[in-house]
Amino acid sequence: MDSVAQRLSLVGAGAALELRGVTRMFGALAALTDVTITVRPGERRAVLGSNGAGKTTLFNCITGDFPASSGTIRFFGEDITHFPPYERIRRGLRRTYQISALFTGLTVQDNVYLACRGVSRGRFSLLRPRQNDALVHAADTLVQAVHLSAVKDQRVAELAHGQQRQLEIALALAGAPRFILFDEPAAGLSPGERLELIEILTSLPAHIGYIIIEHDMDVALRVVESVTMMHNGRIFKEGLPREIESDPEVQELYLGGGHE
Amino acid sequence: MSLVTHDAKVQLRSPAAAPPTVRMWPEINNPAAWAVAVILLIMPLIASKFFLIEIFATTLILGTIALSLMFLAGYGGMVSLMQLTIAGFAGYMVAVFGVSGNVNISLGWPWWLATPVALALATAFGTLGGALAVRTEGIYTIMITLAIGAAFYYFTNQNWAIFNGHTGMNNVATPMFWGVDWRADIPFYYVVLGTAALCYFAVEYISRAPFGLALQGVRDNPRRMAALGFNVNAHRVAAYAFASFVAGLGGVLQVWNYRQISPGSVGVERCIDILIIAVVGGITRAVGPFIGALIFVLLRTFTLDFLVQLGLDGNRFRLLIGLGFLAIVFWSSDGVIGLWEHWRQRGATPRQTGRGGHG
Repeated sequence: MDSVAQRLSLVGAGAALELRGVTRMFGALAALTDVTITVRPGERRAVLGSNGAGKTTLFNCITGDFPASSGTIRFFGEDITHFPPYERIRRGLRRTYQISALFTGLTVQDNVYLACRGVSRGRFSLLRPRQNDALVHAADTLVQAVHLSAVKDQRVAELAHGQQRQLEIALALAGAPRFILFDEPAAGLSPGERLELIEILTSLPAHIGYIIIEHDMDVALRVVESVTMMHNGRIFKEGLPREIESDPEVQELYLGGGHE
Repeated sequence: MSLVTHDAKVQLRSPAAAPPTVRMWPEINNPAAWAVAVILLIMPLIASKFFLIEIFATTLILGTIALSLMFLAGYGGMVSLMQLTIAGFAGYMVAVFGVSGNVNISLGWPWWLATPVALALATAFGTLGGALAVRTEGIYTIMITLAIGAAFYYFTNQNWAIFNGHTGMNNVATPMFWGVDWRADIPFYYVVLGTAALCYFAVEYISRAPFGLALQGVRDNPRRMAALGFNVNAHRVAAYAFASFVAGLGGVLQVWNYRQISPGSVGVERCIDILIIAVVGGITRAVGPFIGALIFVLLRTFTLDFLVQLGLDGNRFRLLIGLGFLAIVFWSSDGVIGLWEHWRQRGATPRQTGRGGHG
């Protein structure tokens, strides 16, 4: 793993994301219990676990969609535990959603433009963007990067599922992301689209770390260098992909346990 | 953007050849829009005084107030029933700060001072109401704004110090300068037309500006907007502020039109009229509220005589409006505009959607 070590040395020490004892209650039900995770800048990690293990709740706590009930969350050293979601996003955190959360009444181009506008100034601007607006160009580039140029003037409601998943990723790449949370980006994709997804993930700039929730081990283990296993809202095991794959407990619980 | 570094393999159209998407005014190439504009401009030549004020100026005023609801509901997904209340508040403030028959209440300021103050206060009032309403969604927004409307109606009824109770404010002075009486029929028509046009184009323009696009994003998916860095509630409150200003303009015109304002002008049924106007016309495009207002005013004006001739109560015109409302909602969720576009596209080759505000 020399290349990984090299890559990580480029982005410096310190934690990109640091969770300490994060717990999230829904009424009396603990969806997350005492979760402690440290992710270095530029690190790419998979979170595995069966349905209900707390993976998406973990994402929701990190982004603030649902605030943590207790514990602290630090993003590049800054305590963001009590920040509203938009403040966390403006600091370089991004996420995608398991079920596409797009603006179905707007065009592809407008969706991506909003993503670019959200992390820059002028969100309340009453002036229409000009032809040479930097953010319009940034949006064009992103639309092209996820292979949606041909449909960029179509309304999102008219897109095929695979195209919506690609747009979902484009929204998370806008601006200057420092860390991205991908929630099952391969859900419902064809084998060919999965390859494109892997290509997009592996070609992200080195300084951008991410956590990916993915049931498809072929996708997940090809794009990460570390794995966290979750079970019943707790961290169950952490390690390298090959360690996790060969771990008998994990195999019993997840891989060989008749899952899916 | 050197963020994603791989080359696009599947690319049907070169991005260099395609200009960035900045849509221009769709109306410029639309002959029907030009025809309507010309007819509106020469209206004083072709319409009687009755039609000019009672039909067209009234339509444009109600349309402007309904436009503020269309902006909130169509772009922001927020159904506010207090838009007429904000307009009425502006009207009251014109009477209170300006000149009216109630000399012990009115401060007697000149119109050019009273009107901006009235607009500013109405905007503040609507923004405050909006700040309360944005904490809720859907039916609760409707309930809160309806409650504000009802509370204001009863308050004006019972407060004599400022609102002069159930008699309201009479003989409200209207602007007179440059030797022109701006409430005389023809000048007033142009004042109303100019204001309505300004509001219409402002809404159209803003719908494609970052603020308006973001508002449509909030409508479609507020949670995702927050996950893109937008402060969703701040956006909603700002939308209320803009809509309140538009409604306030409509209210100022309305009090100049009738030269009086009373609790009856701000009743709950009036608030609901605005909702009906916007929904009947269509809330996806800025032109919808004006179409809805024209239908409403025509029905209100002419079915009265018609029904009386049939020996029915003239107030039954509401029954007709209600039936029309039901029919339109039943056949087109997009009001009269939706019906019209459906009819236009029937038989024609399928067009690329995405025209206008949000397509």
